[in-house]
Amino acid sequence: MTSHGPDGHLPQRSAVTDGDTTGQDLSLLPDRPAEPVSDPGIPPHEPRPTDVDPVLERRAERQVAMLFASAALLALAFCVAYFTIDESDIFLGYGALNLALGLTLGFALLFIGVGAIQWARKLMADHELVEYRHGAASTAADRAESIAAFQAGAEESGFGRRTLVRNSLLGSLAVLGLPAVVLLRDLGPLPGDAFARTVWKKGVRVVKDVSGEPIRPEELSVGGQINAAPASFFETEGPDGTVIPAEYEGHQLQIEKTKAPVILVRMAPDDITPGPGREDWGIDGILCYSKICTHVGCPISLWEQQTHQLLCPCHQSTFDLADSGRVLFGPAARPMPQLPLDVDEEGYLIAADGFNEPVGPSYWERG
Amino acid sequence: MKKLSTHRRHPLAGLVVVLLGLVVAGGLYAAVRPAAAEGSQAGDQELIAEGRRLFVVGCSSCHGLNAEGIETKSGGNNGPSLIGVGAAAVDFQVDTGRMPMARPDVQAPRKEKVYNDDEIAALAAYVASLAPGPAIPAPEDYSTEGASVVRGGEFFRTNCTACHNFAGAGGALADGRYAPPLRGVEPKHIYEAMETGPQQMPVFSWLDEQDKRDIIAYLQRLEEQPAYGGPSLGSRGPVTEGLWGWVGGVGILVLAAVWIANNGARAGKKHQ
Repeated sequence: MTSHGPDGHLPQRSAVTDGDTTGQDLSLLPDRPAEPVSDPGIPPHEPRPTDVDPVLERRAERQVAMLFASAALLALAFCVAYFTIDESDIFLGYGALNLALGLTLGFALLFIGVGAIQWARKLMADHELVEYRHGAASTAADRAESIAAFQAGAEESGFGRRTLVRNSLLGSLAVLGLPAVVLLRDLGPLPGDAFARTVWKKGVRVVKDVSGEPIRPEELSVGGQINAAPASFFETEGPDGTVIPAEYEGHQLQIEKTKAPVILVRMAPDDITPGPGREDWGIDGILCYSKICTHVGCPISLWEQQTHQLLCPCHQSTFDLADSGRVLFGPAARPMPQLPLDVDEEGYLIAADGFNEPVGPSYWERG
Repeated sequence: MKKLSTHRRHPLAGLVVVLLGLVVAGGLYAAVRPAAAEGSQAGDQELIAEGRRLFVVGCSSCHGLNAEGIETKSGGNNGPSLIGVGAAAVDFQVDTGRMPMARPDVQAPRKEKVYNDDEIAALAAYVASLAPGPAIPAPEDYSTEGASVVRGGEFFRTNCTACHNFAGAGGALADGRYAPPLRGVEPKHIYEAMETGPQQMPVFSWLDEQDKRDIIAYLQRLEEQPAYGGPSLGSRGPVTEGLWGWVGGVGILVLAAVWIANNGARAGKKHQ
């Protein structure tokens, strides 16, 4: 059963030409240069204990069969668990049903795998084989035959002679590319200045996110923070008790929500260093900043009330909200955009204007 | 009125008028007398005095003899001013063992508390007497009866998860500071933290009472919930899961591959 030579060495080309019966095509074997180091060959074959000891062989057989039988039992246990364990049962703090289903099915598959490997390792035939890779090129005869068949086809179809048919085919194939190009239009329309705009504009109320309640400045104490949103995301109650639906809904709401969230923070006015032209952007120490990080756009609200630092958990960009959102640390290149605040005649916080720069990460056309 | 005036000469009329006068005067007194009785006011004064004694010994080295805070030359402070922080802040900081701090550090960690309940009440009364501030909440303030877990989850995910993690497991902040885990924290302390904003935490006193109760109910549900998805690995998210997957999972696969490729036991030459 061995394919190596009597001395345990790999069969050399000379050995093959001497009448070895491995059935290899001689023309496919590479020409080998003389080996600089003599090839030690495959070590001599030694049988496994299971090959020579029938007791061990039967034991291995039983082991493999036991593994397969255990897998079958576990598969049955899976079915039993599925029907008998209640969904709300708890075992050691885990959901008992999930635990039982996962363990039984997992170990069933594992035992089948282990059994198969054990079978191959202990019982299946155990002899060393050498299989040569053959060359990639076909034989000269095969190549000549293929070329002849191709030329016969070209001749019989008249592809070279009947130019009208050929050219009309090529033309139609070329025009067939147009539908693919035209469909690209559906990737558009181009966003235009949509990235640069948010729904914030003069007079939009700043309301609490989730509840949609408007905010009075006195609700926010020094050190306080509110995760806020524009009022146009929430339905409101009209003066006569009717419900006015939100200005943005569905798909459009989701798009605008990616850009419009803000955080309101209140600091002691003495702690704030307003940027030039931003002296009147706050109300009694309440400042409003975009919640979208200027690095790659994670929503951030990790604000430390004593250091006034806003930290982005994604890449540790840190902004100083007491100083116009200046970047203190991290990969962000731009300060957090600030929203100027005002108070309407009912005493609620409103935006005094929209953002004067695009919120969120930098992009190609932003400049 | 005519009927009344016809009886004004009745023998019992004088008695009725006297009785009426007494009832009105007594009722008025009950309505307008000072709310706090004399005795409990004296008790408050005593408690505040006791609190001040404790404060001077245990807290004043950082917070100043009159709780005014001690500023450092660089503009920071050894301990912030406690004027106006209220009793809730004292109860939170001292009852969770954060104060007194073991040493100056970027973060005051939760630890075994140093003062007993009476001493904490005295300290809180003293600090509350300095200026108005949030009071210690009553049990009904943080009771989760009838609270909405779903609504609490929305508030939690909007306002709290940024620092405290989606499962309340806590997380890192800048410069070695961190947001502590929320598991096993008493509802009273969660309420007080939202009310007062301890350490770097912003103040969330603007959440109304119901919002706070809902958030506490959501946190309690998180704690009670069994791990349906298997071990949570600390609910830390992709980092621990990836670490376990790469080191544990791939490690087991490597060992399995080594076992499969192993040549196995051989019988030896004598059997050939």
